[in-house]
Amino acid sequence: MAEQNMVQALNTALHEMFEGDARILLMGEDVGKNGGVFRVSEGLFDKFGGQRVIDTPLAESGIIGTAIGLAVGGMRPIAEVQFMGFLYPGLDQLFSHAGRLRARSVGQVSVPLLVRMPYGGGIRAPEQHADSAEAYLTHTPGLKVVVPSTPYDAKGLLYSAIEDPDPVIFLEPIRMYRLGRMEVPEGRFTVPIGQARVAKTGSDLTLICWGAMTHLAMTVAEDFQKRGIEIEVLDLRTLAPLDRQAIASSVAKTGRCVILHEAPRTGGLAGEITALIMEVAFWYLKAPVARVTGFDVPYPAYAWEDFYMPNPERLSRVITETLKD
Amino acid sequence: MQAWPIYRVMGDDANAPNLVSDDLALRIYKDMVLLRTFDEKALNLQRQGRVGTFPPSLGQEATEIGSAYALSKKDWLVPSYRDHGALYVHGVPFENVILFAMGRAASLAGDVRALPSSIPIATHLPHAVGLAMAMQMQGEESVAIAYFGDGATSEGDFHEALNFAGVFKAPAIFLCQNNGWAISVPVSRQTASPTLAQKAVAYGIHGVRVDGNDALAVYQTVKQARERALSKEGPTLIESLTYRLGPHTTADDPTRYRQAEDLVPWRGEHDPIVRLGVYLEKQGVLGPKDLDGMKKDAQEWVNQAVEAAEAMPKVKPIEMFEHVYAVMPPRLVQQLQDLEGGVQ
Repeated sequence: MAEQNMVQALNTALHEMFEGDARILLMGEDVGKNGGVFRVSEGLFDKFGGQRVIDTPLAESGIIGTAIGLAVGGMRPIAEVQFMGFLYPGLDQLFSHAGRLRARSVGQVSVPLLVRMPYGGGIRAPEQHADSAEAYLTHTPGLKVVVPSTPYDAKGLLYSAIEDPDPVIFLEPIRMYRLGRMEVPEGRFTVPIGQARVAKTGSDLTLICWGAMTHLAMTVAEDFQKRGIEIEVLDLRTLAPLDRQAIASSVAKTGRCVILHEAPRTGGLAGEITALIMEVAFWYLKAPVARVTGFDVPYPAYAWEDFYMPNPERLSRVITETLKD
Repeated sequence: MQAWPIYRVMGDDANAPNLVSDDLALRIYKDMVLLRTFDEKALNLQRQGRVGTFPPSLGQEATEIGSAYALSKKDWLVPSYRDHGALYVHGVPFENVILFAMGRAASLAGDVRALPSSIPIATHLPHAVGLAMAMQMQGEESVAIAYFGDGATSEGDFHEALNFAGVFKAPAIFLCQNNGWAISVPVSRQTASPTLAQKAVAYGIHGVRVDGNDALAVYQTVKQARERALSKEGPTLIESLTYRLGPHTTADDPTRYRQAEDLVPWRGEHDPIVRLGVYLEKQGVLGPKDLDGMKKDAQEWVNQAVEAAEAMPKVKPIEMFEHVYAVMPPRLVQQLQDLEGGVQ
């Protein structure tokens, strides 16, 4: 089994899928000859040609809208949005159509659409390249939203997403693209949509995270472990639908919970997860649920990035506070 | 500068039967009468509170029916909200249209190749491009046709869809019904272009203007666009010049923005049903009393559709939840239980 980073795992998965199913297409900006700006689609164009690896005009609504038509028409399109910060012109297609066509047609029309995009900060990218806009998507009925944090999960979730009969938004944490390698099996395997992963077991506190924040969570949890405090890290992997069971059983076990995300705080997913914990695990809580998030400011130019992003100090401080009796 | 003549068939009566047979013209006429009867009935039902807000297609029957007759059942129809006439010809029963107007999501039927009527403006145009590409990729002898109005040409998705269709030579037809009005805003406020058809030039695709109240010309134009698409000559933008005789919807009061006398010619000699009727009488295939018979048949037909729709069982809470995803996720199962628990 080969060790791969996330870009390699995704690239391998795409090559395998293209071999296995002639209905699968990739379409987006610079995905063809250029292999994608992060090289996720490297080699696909040469192997499968421009009919299946399609460089499109530069228009996000057009990309997603056309992909919806392709999906309804019997193809299995993968639409790539170059950065999540550029998704917004395409949100209308997701809100108004992708997420609704099944319901509006009383189940007669399905949209097996996969939309992939890099998201999140931490790599000193230019302005508007680092947004974490997942809450707009998780708020939208009819969509599924997944976020891998490891190469293994990236491949397994990509397989689940392409095989799903409903539209799936696949968020790829930019910071994790090349950070860390692990063994990833060859060939098809799936990581089920809707299932969180216990990245580290612990009994003192549940730390809920996803994407690149999982890396931060693990670093901090290992640091606490050295001091004899066992933190359970729950990597959600799917943000819609949330794994209610995993959240409930972990928080019921530890009685304490911190939620970590890099998106702005107000209306962020931590609020929803907190409410969910009130519904399913309130009587187990020994301390208020806390959150460590980005701030309610536009994602800053990168000179301020380190202030904006949750870091070990902020996270450790909130964990310590939540551990107090 | 390219000229943008308005294509007509019925002006040249000697040649018209060579383009559209009398038999086909008569069938188109019957369905136009049926569509008008249906719209008038729906307006009445709305006033009686039996259906909700309804967008009638009064005055646009030639474009609705003529265009849909040029399609194959294998083609994908991507409609806007005023296109129940075209949907009907494509295979969706009026009963479903009534149900839709009763607030039920039911504008589709069985294996009819159509999407649910798009409510937001122009956002459905890219879907037609994708469907057209999908048909081409799978080697099907099918095109996709999007229906929209003049107001839609101002939207970004109009640009994106026509641009994509041009780049990918998608077998798509963009049927713009220029009915003069986007609710209260006249087409002169949508664009400084003298025509809408000329916008095709910027996308490198074919553009044509057709007399949208000449059913035979609309039929012929869509037929030609379809043949172009299937012979890999690319998409066509059709500007079909017509006039919205009625309100935008039953919630609209057109007297606030146009004069009664504006409508006089459109209700008279320009009326698409009057025009095709005069033509068919000249051709000797329509007698003076035939229209009365057709209207009567249409009324019966429409009444049956209304009865069938009103006899449908009441909607149930589960129907709101069960088609959001292919499989209901746990949170929806729970929310359904919450709702049903609350009802009891």
